[in-house]
Amino acid sequence: MDQALRGLGEIITLSLPNEVTTAEQINGELCINAHRETIIKVMTFLRDDVNCQFKVLLDVCGVDYPDRDERFDIVYNLLSMTHNQRVRVKIRTHEKTPVPSVVSVFSSANWWERETWDLLGVYFSGHPDLRRILTDYGFEGHPLRKDFPLSGYVEVRYDDEKKRVVYEPVKMAQDFRNFDFMSPWEAMDAPLPGDEKAEDANDTSSEGVS
Amino acid sequence: MTLPVRELVEVAEKHIKNYNLNFGPQHPSAHGVLRLVLELDGEVIERADPHIGLLHRGTEKLIEHKTYSQALPYFDRLDYVSPQCQEHAFVLATEKLLSIKASPRGQYIRVLFSEIGRELNHMFSVCAFAMDLGAMTPMLWACEEREKLMEFCERVSGARLHMAYFRTGGVACDLPDGLADDIAQWCEVFPMVIDDIEMLLTNNRIFKQRTIDIGGLSAEEAMDWGFSGPNLRACGVPWDLRKSQPYDVYETMDFDIPVGKTGDCYDRYLVRIAEMRESLKIIKQCLAEMPKGPVRMENHKITPPSRSDMKNSMESLIHHFKLFTEGYHVPVGETYTAVEAPKGEFGVYIVSDGTNKPYRCKIRPPGFAHLQALEFISNGYMLADVVANIGSLDIVFGEIDR
Repeated sequence: MDQALRGLGEIITLSLPNEVTTAEQINGELCINAHRETIIKVMTFLRDDVNCQFKVLLDVCGVDYPDRDERFDIVYNLLSMTHNQRVRVKIRTHEKTPVPSVVSVFSSANWWERETWDLLGVYFSGHPDLRRILTDYGFEGHPLRKDFPLSGYVEVRYDDEKKRVVYEPVKMAQDFRNFDFMSPWEAMDAPLPGDEKAEDANDTSSEGVS
Repeated sequence: MTLPVRELVEVAEKHIKNYNLNFGPQHPSAHGVLRLVLELDGEVIERADPHIGLLHRGTEKLIEHKTYSQALPYFDRLDYVSPQCQEHAFVLATEKLLSIKASPRGQYIRVLFSEIGRELNHMFSVCAFAMDLGAMTPMLWACEEREKLMEFCERVSGARLHMAYFRTGGVACDLPDGLADDIAQWCEVFPMVIDDIEMLLTNNRIFKQRTIDIGGLSAEEAMDWGFSGPNLRACGVPWDLRKSQPYDVYETMDFDIPVGKTGDCYDRYLVRIAEMRESLKIIKQCLAEMPKGPVRMENHKITPPSRSDMKNSMESLIHHFKLFTEGYHVPVGETYTAVEAPKGEFGVYIVSDGTNKPYRCKIRPPGFAHLQALEFISNGYMLADVVANIGSLDIVFGEIDR
């Protein structure tokens, strides 16, 4: 546990008791869980407070957990050059619930939020220009969602008769190959059916990587 | 009733519409596939709307379906002008999640090649920038030097551009005999090439007229727009991750951080030129101080055993087989790890769910933030200055579009 980071986490949680739920350290990095509705206030505080001074918003991205009720984590990575610290702010949101845009706090959020909207379909309310950014003009769907197939739905080719590029449903010449390499020796917790040594295996399975 | 002539002219002027111009995606100064929709008032930029994504390959999605070692080569293909630094970011992130450290020699080799990547990048970006402004010769000279550097990359990894050389826990293989001497020899010659390039550009009247006071921004504005790397340092912020948050052996390296004053195109150029000289110092130190020993850590749950071990030991054979089919498992956790790539802060945010594949791998390319500010820094300047701005920001679409 880094003392400076823990102190910083305490300052943030104490200053924003209603906006921030927890501050934790993951792999020596400070991570703050906040409420979605008040994200603008949290970001403004992190930017302007004397102890924080997180003047640079490096990155906004989302992580999809389809099994969860609030399926998306929206992650903001901030950097303070004054204190040489980093912090990560996380909020959760549903598919249909918009997240307040932080473009008013950090200009750089503009494209990152557009990217998150494009790839994950998280709507940002109050964003000045929420268009798709990375995918094709007229693209449908949000490719980084876990339920979006790796191969996508449409493919393009140049049609010599129509003299233009045409979109067609994906035709796979061979099946999509996704090998399951999970070995029965390591990293599998569930016992194999009919395995008498299952319990012994669990005892000696501590020989992992970390 | 007839209007006086002067009023007629005024009425007519009100009907002049702003001119919309599509710049790219096939323009040589667009540095790849940038489509820039410009709104011009005469020759003055009113609005610049970059349309990106024409090179989008879904790298992040692909990485979610690959094991950690299979994901590594995707990082070469992001910023293909300096692939080494991106590999560095990814292996550092995985090492952090695994809580391991690379072997000392491995760390030195990684730093050495990261700096070679920086030289490759700055040489290309500075001279491509000069070429956008009409100076052809520097590009030819720089490409000759790049050729020599890429030969070093080829000798060590077999590939000139997409090295795929860094590994979690070190690098793939040791330097071949004589390579260190050849790099050292190159280090002696290279400053003269920088001098030559500077001779053509730094005091060149045309070059200065095209770059000084063009596209400048203040330090606060640069931070607000998420700038990093040389573009931020040109604004006068002495911020370099190699110094402030050192990784691998950068802590022991002795080098300076050049900063600019005004943050305009000329300062960005000067910072890059100065950084080339600083990188050279690091390369020399790496070569001088590089310890002997293994280039990878010896934990064969993560790095493959040597070829000869595999012929003699069953366990090594199993390790090898498991590593190249299943790969290694990374404990549950997440990390945002960033390196000072030549273009700025290149970050990798990995969420691991304990399996052999990343659950989410977000790539933070520096160019994305820089290109986003293009409208801000070009507004009110002339059309030709947009070209200077794009060139000086050092844009590569492999990393922006991912």
